[in-house]
Amino acid sequence: MKQLRDLSKQKIGVVAAGHSSVIANMAGLKLPLESKPLQALVSEPVKPIIDTVVMSNAVHAYVSQSDKGELVIGAGTDDYVSYSQKGSHDIVEGTLNAILELYPIFSRMRMLRQWGGIVDICPDASPIISKTSIKGLYFNCGWGTGGFKATPGSGDLFAHTIANDEPHKLNAAFNINRFVSGDLVDEHGAAAVAH
Amino acid sequence: MFLINCPFCGEREQSEFKAGGEAHIVRPKQPTELSDDEWAEYLFMRKNIKGVQFERWNHVHGCRKWFNMVRDTSNDQIKAVYKMGEKPPIK
Amino acid sequence: MSINLRFKTSKFIDETYRVSFKFNNKTYFGFKGDTLASALLANGIHLVGRSFKYHRPRGIMTSGSEEPNAIIQLHDNSSRTEPNVRATEVEIYEGLVASSQNCWPSVNFDVGGINNLLSPILPAGFYYKTFMWPASFWEKYEYFIRKSAGLGKSPKVTDPDLYEHNYIHCDVLVIGAGISGIMAAKIAAKNGFKTLLVDEKSYLGGSSIYDNSEFSKINNQLTSSWLEKEINEISKLENLEIKVRTSVAAFHGYNFLLARENLTDHLPINQRENKVRQRLLKIRAKKVITATGSIERPLIFDNNDRPGILLSSAIKKYIDLYGVACGENNVLFTNNDTAYETAMSLIQRGIKINAIIDNREQVDSKISYEVEKNNIKIYKGYSVVDTYGYRRINKISIMKLSKDGQTVIGDKTKLNCDCLGVSGGWTPAVHLFTQSGGKLRFREEDQVFIPDVYPSDQISIGSCNGDFSLEEIVKNTLFSLKKFFNIDNSEYKTIEIISGLNQSKRNIWLLPSDKSIGKTKSFVDYQNDATSKDIKLALREGFRSIEHVKRYTTTGMGTDQGKLGNMHALGIISETAGTKMGEHGTTTFRPPYTPLTFGTIVGRNVGEFFDIFRRTPIHDWHVANNAEFENVGQWKRAWYYPKDNENMHQAVQRESKAARDSAGILDASTLGKIDIQGTDASEFLNRVYTNAWSKLAVGKCRYGLMLNEDGMVYDDGVTTRLGENHYIMTTTTGGAANVLGKLEDYLQTEWPELDVYLSSVTDHYATISVCGPNSKKIVSKVIPDLDFSDENFPHMSFKNAKIGNIKCRIMRISFTGEQSYEINIQANFGKSVWEKCMEAGKDFNITPYGTETMHLLRAEKGFIIVGQDTDATLTPIDLQMDWIVSKKKYDFIGKRSLYRSDTIREDRKQLVGLLTENPEEVLEEGAQIVSDVKKSPIEMLGHVTSSYYSPNLKKSIALGVVKSGKNMLGQKLIIPMENKNINVTVADPVFLDKEGKRLNAKL
Repeated sequence: MKQLRDLSKQKIGVVAAGHSSVIANMAGLKLPLESKPLQALVSEPVKPIIDTVVMSNAVHAYVSQSDKGELVIGAGTDDYVSYSQKGSHDIVEGTLNAILELYPIFSRMRMLRQWGGIVDICPDASPIISKTSIKGLYFNCGWGTGGFKATPGSGDLFAHTIANDEPHKLNAAFNINRFVSGDLVDEHGAAAVAH
Repeated sequence: MFLINCPFCGEREQSEFKAGGEAHIVRPKQPTELSDDEWAEYLFMRKNIKGVQFERWNHVHGCRKWFNMVRDTSNDQIKAVYKMGEKPPIK
Repeated sequence: MSINLRFKTSKFIDETYRVSFKFNNKTYFGFKGDTLASALLANGIHLVGRSFKYHRPRGIMTSGSEEPNAIIQLHDNSSRTEPNVRATEVEIYEGLVASSQNCWPSVNFDVGGINNLLSPILPAGFYYKTFMWPASFWEKYEYFIRKSAGLGKSPKVTDPDLYEHNYIHCDVLVIGAGISGIMAAKIAAKNGFKTLLVDEKSYLGGSSIYDNSEFSKINNQLTSSWLEKEINEISKLENLEIKVRTSVAAFHGYNFLLARENLTDHLPINQRENKVRQRLLKIRAKKVITATGSIERPLIFDNNDRPGILLSSAIKKYIDLYGVACGENNVLFTNNDTAYETAMSLIQRGIKINAIIDNREQVDSKISYEVEKNNIKIYKGYSVVDTYGYRRINKISIMKLSKDGQTVIGDKTKLNCDCLGVSGGWTPAVHLFTQSGGKLRFREEDQVFIPDVYPSDQISIGSCNGDFSLEEIVKNTLFSLKKFFNIDNSEYKTIEIISGLNQSKRNIWLLPSDKSIGKTKSFVDYQNDATSKDIKLALREGFRSIEHVKRYTTTGMGTDQGKLGNMHALGIISETAGTKMGEHGTTTFRPPYTPLTFGTIVGRNVGEFFDIFRRTPIHDWHVANNAEFENVGQWKRAWYYPKDNENMHQAVQRESKAARDSAGILDASTLGKIDIQGTDASEFLNRVYTNAWSKLAVGKCRYGLMLNEDGMVYDDGVTTRLGENHYIMTTTTGGAANVLGKLEDYLQTEWPELDVYLSSVTDHYATISVCGPNSKKIVSKVIPDLDFSDENFPHMSFKNAKIGNIKCRIMRISFTGEQSYEINIQANFGKSVWEKCMEAGKDFNITPYGTETMHLLRAEKGFIIVGQDTDATLTPIDLQMDWIVSKKKYDFIGKRSLYRSDTIREDRKQLVGLLTENPEEVLEEGAQIVSDVKKSPIEMLGHVTSSYYSPNLKKSIALGVVKSGKNMLGQKLIIPMENKNINVTVADPVFLDKEGKRLNAKL
């Protein structure tokens, strides 16, 4: 049995990643987000060969080696909205083109597994950690292709925002109102490549 | 990899096309009379629907024409394509 | 090797063709037609590798692409080396060199084997739990963990092989050339469909091609003989293409599939030169028939991983297809009838079977009676509880199963053997079907997932559809195909099947042991050493989702992607959690089906073909004159032209000075050029640029700034009015395609009422810019007929002219602040006109300059470069370019955004000039700008966007964006660098000739 509860007197923090808009739409709220497919792939595991993360803006890809030995490779998103958790092969091909331009020695390595996820992207490629026009409703979203390393910190700031109904100074710039007032963050220019 | 039925050229590979986001968002005729909120609504706010979405596509490596598509974003099934200015063939 | 493990064989092995190969530095022999695995087995070698975590000795387990254990390094230390290759898939050739992986010093004695003894303290999640604390130790832990990472070794030199892509469009694609695939291909082709049949093996017919059993016959013929005739027949069909050694890797939406066709891997190395190694087939099929067969399941019991333990079907294939006995004293362990087929194959050749252990109490098929007739002991209702032997199995112990199959009872019996065949029934290979978006259904009777809902025009047939007996396969295939093709099919009118197998099966996912589970090692994922104990531990620790259990235990994450063990993992989870199998679903099957070589995916797009190079029509001249090049988008642009031993700085200083002192010449052909025509062209420009265009007279040029709808600067360039309804717009080099796309978008979707047509003409014209005080004299010599007087041809205007008979356009516009003329001429005359200008400029020291000097000269004038001095957060007001934003126009792209509460703020970052205290000190572009270095944290006010040493001003100059910079003129700021703080003063961004005297200077 589903039980309906009135949460209108409560505070609700939404951390639904690719599905943020789906939740927002339930509350009659539109967000400045598009959810797009992001793909990544791993090679078969090999002995240590590359000991750092390499990202290239010029050819557009990144590669690192996991502790298990797999090369972990990825790049950008497809350009259409999708929740299917699949992307187009062109992206995978383009990514590997770039990797072999950087590392021709990986030509005989093999792709073991390839997958797609959903990423919610803001027009300025920066996250939203903010209250909304609906009282008591908060969103931490819009991380796009990034955010993996910022997850714990963003949780902290989100909690602060919910508790105080005001952002911490560290996430003040990531308020949702910036899309109305025009104070966008220049992440598109700053980030070398989707990461 | 979709197979897209361009309303001008017929079925072509997805790689010939570029997606252009949600369709039927009309640029306001009198932007200066809108509030900041209303302008932001036009500029940035999107339904970002999971399900049947009306969206714009451009046959960028083909006839370069823009057209509309109806697609289910939950499974990527294309339901219909139609030219700019035409009424959607399905609701 | 004294014992003979090779028997008179099928026609698949050419015994007249001996092939020598090396394994772990020792030379062995096999025959043409062998795989590395069959050749090793024929030499009595089972121990091939070590497992990932415990370094346990492992042998060949299967005969195909599902192999988890026998993975080797091919041609170590050579340019064609390849890690993690399955011995079961490698066709041997003369000179093959293979070696074991993940062991040191050797596969027979591996130091890492200590992990096996430590295994009680290395359960699932061990690494997560142990190495996380304290956090600061991670780097130390990681050093050791990384050392044990991986299996094989990455190649370390460039791949000598070629790869290519091939697009295939067909009516019907049939994946898998087993019996059902062959039938499907024949029916499709004969009904007029253009058909492609692919199979990953080197031969057609799947396992039926070596099915010589008297117990399963078609039309009273041996299955193999019947199928051979079929294959003969289809090979003559005209609209059927057949590709062997071709493995479908991915099945995407809209029937788009990727397949890898292997062309040279089976050839000796010296025969591979200049041949394409692998081809990626990009297949778009109207209809897809999946006939990928099924994979035999192992059985999960204690120590089920020793070398010498194989799938029963693999033992059958090795003897029937390759004529190789896997052992001299065999035991088979099964829960279904298929192991009895293996038994018959061994019996026929007189190979000893010590016993058959069958889970089932009742075994009553024709074939089992036949086996018993041969005096082979069948232990009915028994299970194997343990195995013995370190580098090769030598013994097993068995016990009776309780009625419910949950425990073992009675006495332990020990049996000798050197080979144990296991059969746990069959798992349909539904990987491709699910990749395509298909939904599975769980069939309780025999515990298999089978295709249920098809997402596209496709069908699954044969054992991948859950039809396991020959009779089911043939009958259901024919029935399904009739429906699929909507035909009243006339092929195979009469077909009679005899089958001696029955379908009973006793499925127990985890076989019981007399030991407690903590003391057992029952492997579910062989490669990653994930045991049933690990899965149960994961469940105890609260993991419920199959996807989480998979990641925690790494079950199914090896190079075989769990083709053998995933079903058992699911089974153990549902048994332990007390849920139903169907409810859990499976883990997602990700592409590719088998690992796909990067080179194959990339094809020819490597090296010089990685990206297109666009070269200007004058490119060859630049090369001949020693230019260094810079990549701008896809363009190769001349960067600077070093003379004698000049470095870049010296060359740029010389070029910059020459351009201002006398004359410089620049190849500006890469600038985007868009031809705009139509009666509404002026109105269109009014809407896309920030300034007004209606009043621009014919023959005049104007600089325009284009914004995004969010008010931020997008692109800029000069547009010239060529005629009443005709303009030519220039854009930045990198922005050309995007600007055209954006303009088309507005025209087609927002303003379809405007009569305007856009064409890209970037490549149609060469653009030669001659600048400097003597530029007028030079161009006058090149075009003597044109009146270049300032009265006739003022700054910001254009003239049509002719050079010889060739029409050209001359624009008097300037990006350097000097008098400057741009000659636009049909591209193929570009180089000769350039040379004419060089000739005409000889007396004036005309100096070719590249992009670097261009950047310096424009910076002296404070001209912005979009994308260098701007990012997506700067409005024209921020750039102090208020003059170009029309206040009168009602609307233009981005106008509304300029009046939002944050875009009208006075303390935004604004473009300013920066002068260093020490005029010789050149700032670093990108450096931060601050006012107070003592404050903590230091407040960042902005950053340096452009910085040069100006030879004309004899000092360092820079542009930057600074918060409230507009109001800081004369103020001192600091650029904090690694070793020092540099003092700067905020200045006007126009450093030279603010009044613009040089543009019209008379000389």
